[in-house]
Amino acid sequence: MFELLGIPPQALFGQLLLGLINGAFYAMLSLGLAVIFGMLNVINFTHGAQYMMGAFAAWLLLGILGIPFWVSLVVAPVIVGLFGIVLEKVLLKRIYHLDHLYGFLLTFGLALVIEGLFQWKWGSSGAPYPNPIPGGFNLGFMFLPTYRAFVVVAALVICLATWYGIERTRLGAYLRAATENPTLVRAFGINVPRLITLTYGLGVGLAALAGVLAAPIQQVSALMGVNLVLVVFAVVVIGGMGSIMGSIVTGFGLGLIEGLTKVFYPPASNTVIFVVMALVLLIKPAGLFGQTK
Amino acid sequence: MAETLLKVAGLQAWYGESHILHGVDFEIRRGELVTLLGRNGAGKTTTLRSIMGILGKRTGSIAFDSKETIGMSSDHIARLGIAYCPEERGIFSSLNVDENLRLPPIVKPGGLSIEEIYRLFPNLLERRYSQGTKLSGGEQQMLAIGRILRTGADLLLLDEPTEGLAPVIVQRIGEIIRQLKSRGFTILLVEQNFHFAATVADRHYVMEDGHVVDMVASSDVQQSIGKLQTYLGV
Repeated sequence: MFELLGIPPQALFGQLLLGLINGAFYAMLSLGLAVIFGMLNVINFTHGAQYMMGAFAAWLLLGILGIPFWVSLVVAPVIVGLFGIVLEKVLLKRIYHLDHLYGFLLTFGLALVIEGLFQWKWGSSGAPYPNPIPGGFNLGFMFLPTYRAFVVVAALVICLATWYGIERTRLGAYLRAATENPTLVRAFGINVPRLITLTYGLGVGLAALAGVLAAPIQQVSALMGVNLVLVVFAVVVIGGMGSIMGSIVTGFGLGLIEGLTKVFYPPASNTVIFVVMALVLLIKPAGLFGQTK
Repeated sequence: MAETLLKVAGLQAWYGESHILHGVDFEIRRGELVTLLGRNGAGKTTTLRSIMGILGKRTGSIAFDSKETIGMSSDHIARLGIAYCPEERGIFSSLNVDENLRLPPIVKPGGLSIEEIYRLFPNLLERRYSQGTKLSGGEQQMLAIGRILRTGADLLLLDEPTEGLAPVIVQRIGEIIRQLKSRGFTILLVEQNFHFAATVADRHYVMEDGHVVDMVASSDVQQSIGKLQTYLGV
């Protein structure tokens, strides 16, 4: 077999696949964050906890009710999304008129509480979730597990569907307009507070959907969203706050960059995303796809 | 004489701590075109925003079609059939011309169709897929007026539609406003440009320091010209 700069192809493609899968999760999560930030002006630090709740919902649905993965893929995000709607109605809507800092403190505190409760009930060691499509293909230069290929394709479909919904539909036009000038959109007869609640529910549902997809790959554990959410914030900042396409492209792109760094210089793999963030902010403070207002 | 469509009585309004309107009274009959005249800061824009319900605190009475709206949210007021074209035009940059035009939902039957609006504003049809804010000032103003004609609203609130536009565009907007009146729209127009207002309106209310201080019918404008010039400081 060929070698590239002394790297065996199995290692290279293996890490690229891993990077692509991580990128798929970065993209799905940062997409939800971008949608929520655009509409609510709140940086949703509860996002990682809501991702974890999606994985847990699927695991509990399987364990208690015997509900299979494919049904959970729809049901779990709906349950967690409804939880998000309650959260918005009861807590978040009270802080929109305050400084960003309050939104940060509230959502960050909520994440700690939620993760703490799950840890207290189910511990932190994590539980496995059975792979719904075992097996894989031998591509000659590497082995490709079927489920992982499915995750990449599913994430792409979810991202593009969300992009289409926001950029090309009537409801999406309401969303974009209300992001710019909520007062005027409301004066046209659109119930903007309800639109905000639904947007939060949708963003939270996206996080939960990512969580369900992650369950068979990772251990289902109370703290599975903690580290991920940091990287995802970096992705949102690099892509440009509130930019939908920016989140998708940057999510996948940074996953790949991280994967390549693991091959060529492993010690930097945990920091490379933050280095990229610092560089991007130096050159384009609004992010790669962001618009300065 | 036609029925009263909008009756404002004892309207007071605040922006945060500052008290802007101190008891505004006036009314508009169905099918009329009425202007609010007055110097900068007299409270004309605030009156429109109060009618639309986008101001934090307001008291008094605003009855539209005999329904009291003072306690309603602005989306509810809009769905009764009032549409607003703000001074800053409020064109959305993340929407193209066509999306901007289709944004306000239809609240009642009887509005213009998209085709009729494009016939009224052929420039917009040519640029329908351009980003809303890439249009010229005049085109943006036409878009801001055009998009509220679709909704079926009976009362249009137009805030300084001629501001900062070239004379030929002002003339075109005057023609359009007259056409809208002849189609049966009731219009409340805020204007700085008195000469423009005099050519289109039935009646003029003059505002000063948060009150309506006078009313002049268009037929009496010639006799009252001296008085009006004092009010407006021209």
